[in-house]
Amino acid sequence: MPIYEIVFYAFSLVMLGAAVMVITVRNPVYAALSLVLTFFSAAAIWILLEVEFLAIILVLVYVGAVMVLFLFVVMMLDINLAPLKEGFMRYLPAGIVVAVLMAAELLMVLWSRASLDETAFPIPAPNPETYNNTKEVGLWLYTNYLLAFEVAGVVLLVAIIAAVALTLRQRSGGHRQNPSLQVRVQRDERVRLVKMKPEPRQGG
Amino acid sequence: MLTLAHFLTLGALLFCLSVTGIFLNRKNVIILLMCIELMLLAVNMNFVAFSRFLGNLDGQVFVFFILTVAAAEAAIGLAILVVLFRNRQTINVTELDDLKG
Repeated sequence: MPIYEIVFYAFSLVMLGAAVMVITVRNPVYAALSLVLTFFSAAAIWILLEVEFLAIILVLVYVGAVMVLFLFVVMMLDINLAPLKEGFMRYLPAGIVVAVLMAAELLMVLWSRASLDETAFPIPAPNPETYNNTKEVGLWLYTNYLLAFEVAGVVLLVAIIAAVALTLRQRSGGHRQNPSLQVRVQRDERVRLVKMKPEPRQGG
Repeated sequence: MLTLAHFLTLGALLFCLSVTGIFLNRKNVIILLMCIELMLLAVNMNFVAFSRFLGNLDGQVFVFFILTVAAAEAAIGLAILVVLFRNRQTINVTELDDLKG
């Protein structure tokens, strides 16, 4: 089925090209947008692998939340870009050498032996129409991995609290209400009764 | 015929690209965080490919947890970045040497 291969190679090329853009462009905004394209192509390849739930989650959570957070921070900070790109050309040869070495090693491991071809890992048949990837993952997640799932929820809660606690800033000098103090106020702090003798009326 | 090796190759190439990115952009914390996200995506690609070719759902559940932890990491990392920029007016890694004795 050649259309399957065409789709795979097209999205792979887009994905790797977008990844190159992420690491080479000068402006972090463009880098973040290229990263969005990378995640999107990865989601397409996961759909090709019939991993639909995670592909949708990748688009929703990563493109929708994490990358928007990145963009938000990049645009909020007023960054001077000039000094950040200084070492780019200097480290380019070293980076390329390391990348080519690593890629060569990994590809040798992957392709030199026949341990990963279709006899060892046969091409899986397409799932039947009644197969529901989300349901299967959900069943697996809520039974075998229930504890890990709840720990993941705690991790997210800790992340929320940490992010808020880190970035919360108390400005000095502002006039603000303190509801806690307002609720706890006692009568003595507000009302002062003064005892005094009645004074005779002067004149008329 | 797309074998498992094709998908693993894609993940491997993506991982090499992100390592190169860490070499090239070693002054910009934002791009470094993005490169870490790319690395995690490469790992996720391997997990998904193995899960599909082994017919085992454990890999997909692992990817789910990796996504969770990566989201938490990005949130805290960017919060630290904001605080850092507020205090130092820079995100240049080479200027962040307060701990050097």
